[in-house]
Amino acid sequence: MIIGIPRETGNGECRVAATPESVKKLIKLGYQVRVETGCGDRACFRDEQFTAAGATLSSDRHQVWGESDLVLKVLPPNEQEAGWLKSEAALASFIWPAVNKSLVDQLAARNVTVLAMDCVPRVSRAQKLDALSSMANIAGYRAVVEAANAFGSFFTGQITAAGKVPPAKVLVIGAGVAGLSAIGTARGLGAIVRAFDTRPAVKEQVQSMGAEFLELDFKEDGEGTGGYAKVMSPEFIKAEMELFAKQAREVDIIVTTALIPGKPAPKLITAEMVRSMRPGSVIVDMAAEQGGNCELTKPGEKTCAEGVTIIGYTDLPSRLPTQSSTLYANNLVNLLTDMTPAKDGQLLVNMDDQVIRGTVVAHQGAVTWPPPQIVNPSPVGSSASAAKAEIKHEKATYPKWLQQAWAGAGIAVLLGLLGLIGVYAPPDFVGHFTVFVLSCFIGWQVVWNVTPALHTPLMSVTNAISGIIVVGGIMQVGSFGTWGGAFGSILGALAVLIATINIVGGFLVTQRMLGMFRKQG
Amino acid sequence: MSSLPLIAWLVAGICFIFSLGGLSRHETSRRGNWLGIIGMTLAVLAAFVFRGAQTQVVGEETAQILGAVGYSLLLIALVGGGVVGAMLAKRVEMTAMPQLVAILHSFVGLAAVLVGLSNYLQLDLTHGGVELVIHLIEIGLGVLIGGLTFTGSIVAWGKLEGRFDSKPLLLPARHFILAGLVALSLLLVFGLTSITATWLGVLLLILLTALSFAIGALLVLAIGGADMPVVVSMLNSYSGWAAAATGFMLKNDLLILTGALVGSSGAILSYIMCHAMNRSFVSVILGGFGGESSAPAAGGGGEPKTYHTTNTGETVDWLLNSGSVVIVPGYGMAVAQAQHPIREICELLKKQGIETRFAIHPVAGRLPGHMNVLLAEANVPYDIVLEMEEINHDLPATGTVLIIGANDIVNPGAQDDPSSPIYGMPVLEVWKAEHVVVLKRSMATGYSGVDNPLFYKDNTAMLFGDAKASVDGLLQELRARVS
Repeated sequence: MIIGIPRETGNGECRVAATPESVKKLIKLGYQVRVETGCGDRACFRDEQFTAAGATLSSDRHQVWGESDLVLKVLPPNEQEAGWLKSEAALASFIWPAVNKSLVDQLAARNVTVLAMDCVPRVSRAQKLDALSSMANIAGYRAVVEAANAFGSFFTGQITAAGKVPPAKVLVIGAGVAGLSAIGTARGLGAIVRAFDTRPAVKEQVQSMGAEFLELDFKEDGEGTGGYAKVMSPEFIKAEMELFAKQAREVDIIVTTALIPGKPAPKLITAEMVRSMRPGSVIVDMAAEQGGNCELTKPGEKTCAEGVTIIGYTDLPSRLPTQSSTLYANNLVNLLTDMTPAKDGQLLVNMDDQVIRGTVVAHQGAVTWPPPQIVNPSPVGSSASAAKAEIKHEKATYPKWLQQAWAGAGIAVLLGLLGLIGVYAPPDFVGHFTVFVLSCFIGWQVVWNVTPALHTPLMSVTNAISGIIVVGGIMQVGSFGTWGGAFGSILGALAVLIATINIVGGFLVTQRMLGMFRKQG
Repeated sequence: MSSLPLIAWLVAGICFIFSLGGLSRHETSRRGNWLGIIGMTLAVLAAFVFRGAQTQVVGEETAQILGAVGYSLLLIALVGGGVVGAMLAKRVEMTAMPQLVAILHSFVGLAAVLVGLSNYLQLDLTHGGVELVIHLIEIGLGVLIGGLTFTGSIVAWGKLEGRFDSKPLLLPARHFILAGLVALSLLLVFGLTSITATWLGVLLLILLTALSFAIGALLVLAIGGADMPVVVSMLNSYSGWAAAATGFMLKNDLLILTGALVGSSGAILSYIMCHAMNRSFVSVILGGFGGESSAPAAGGGGEPKTYHTTNTGETVDWLLNSGSVVIVPGYGMAVAQAQHPIREICELLKKQGIETRFAIHPVAGRLPGHMNVLLAEANVPYDIVLEMEEINHDLPATGTVLIIGANDIVNPGAQDDPSSPIYGMPVLEVWKAEHVVVLKRSMATGYSGVDNPLFYKDNTAMLFGDAKASVDGLLQELRARVS
């Protein structure tokens, strides 16, 4: 089969659906690849690189569209392009079938198999095809870069000879892929980052990226199907808005990424809040395409209101064209790898495969969107904690009072034993006993925080140290006047011999082991 | 003069405390070892001085004099032991560390028994009193603990070395036999206190030694090979208690202190190991676990499950196309001595800009920290060798996980199958990665006999063959691709 890679024609689109690297992989799968001249120009891939990778060049748009069996693209095709596709061909690109219903109908009518990269189901197996996540990651990065560009100060705090610079404070609303990426980027630039999300499950992820997770004193789980967010109750929204109003007065940068599938973006940042922000602050509204999270956002534009820069770009991934083309092309290659099991260049549409089923929105003349509900969508990040909770539950089978009773009984027995020792033992013994008990505690304190990597050296050292019994052996050697003394001395010397093996062997082998541990670099 | 050795012992004790403290972190570990050596040298020198001083104090009593014969005997013993120990330490392969540690534990146990016997032989049984009774009980307990440490460690060594069958030996009514033996030996200890004839006492002590040997052997024979990390650290603890008991017997605070330090250190290590295997501490300290969960969970019914196989070429493809790679080593890597080619694989991948790290489960291998030592031997920097808690979080974002000779520690059944014998044990969540490649000889189950659902997952592929051969194959393929 021939794969065609046309040039993107959407306004200002800089991405391309293939890279020289991905072309190599496609050819390995048995396909022939034809790229349109100049398709990679704006993503900094030259035509020669594509031909060097094994693709053929064509300057004829008609040929690339009309003579390919499979067309790979980024944006949905326009009506004209869709018309060029030959019947029974296949097309993989972003489609947005909910918005572009007529396009899907048009393609289905011409028997085109349509693979919508925006419809890949969110199951863990399909993560490598998940173009939305790839793009969101890039958009999150770019959003912070745009913010830094528009922001008049450092992100990182510095103490210079000319004075102290406080670090910038960044608030990220919505901790999906884009939000987490924005958190990571802002942290990387040295800012103090806070994040908010309606889904408590993402708290750990936010914290793992180094941001503070803002919480409401309000219990409501915002997790909808498939790991996406859902619409919250009015009370929750009220509490949430109060939090944002308070944060707006404190932070320098706000990055909003709040989206609810199939709904306009929720308005989270009011004009009032924008006015309360310090002049020079920046808002990057990543939900601009769906109407924006900020009331003052103008989609696609960078505006200034009340001294606050509001960035509403809707083409953030396209502003990082080389990176986004590379990741998107990889997503496509991964999809085609799954759909070309024999590596013979023949596309196999297996509608029994849950992932393929979700991705295909038109096939053999029929519109197959929306797909039937997947019974078990992977809840993002919550499976592990659920499992942990179960384990904890399993352990807590004894009622608490019983545990306490046991502990109490244990303490009573111990005290009793100590009392017995106190009554009957001579003071001499008690002195030694004191040393013994205190040493146990010292050992416990000293060893408790040992690095697991050093368990073996620790054991060999304790081993060598327990050879201290050599002192006991030395004490026993001396008298040869009696049979008992002579035997005793010989046994004692034997003990010294054995214990010395232990001491020398233990210390030397520890030395050897510790000599091997080294740090990177 | 006569108090000087006591002060030296005090300093030695402080050295030991700092030695163990130093061993808990990489940065201070070497200093810790040196402190241990200094402390020990000091302690031995002080013991000599102490013996010499005693001669002066009780000069007229010939029985106490450390004469020329005694000195030369001691020197021979010290030098001989030193040479043997140095040779052992030089020769030992890092993969054989568990065996070495186990056999060294047995020496401490044996020394405790010998010192106990020796002390009894030189005891004056005619002057009675509470002090003598307590002393005799101390001798009895010292011999008992020392004896069971000795045989327990010998059996552990044999199992690790492959001399004995590593499967648990489960005698019928094992627990009753053990309880009976322990009760009998405690009776003997008390019997010892009422005997005034030395020869009868010696007989009793020898009987006690034999009993303690039997107890130690029975305890460890009942434990399976996969549980060895717990056993070894438990014996580490026992050897400490044996030294402490000897200290009580000799009224020597340094021995008591050091023994207690080692005893509690070993106990903590066993606790950490138990925690990592989700077992209770008490049941391990008493030994003899492994009996209740011996029924394999592999359901006999149901259709045979299918698994994917892969080859060297495909595995290298996955490795090179991954953003990050995690390598999970297990006991199989130690057996196959595969740590060196693995390090080279790791370096080649890192040169390609692929983040490569190692994930170590607390009970991987046969000794606590075993894998870390092997990787260190192969020159893997310790900052890319991560613990389970550190890496589990990153596994979902990992491209390829390479599992080399590990089984139970990556078993998803521990999290989602309540009928699994290892249910509840914390495991490395490798199945969340994109690709999982398991290097394994065959589909046979590991030590625990537990079936591993990981092998049947969609993103898991099996690379069958001898671990060393497979790893070498991967390395060659990788070299060919990269250059």
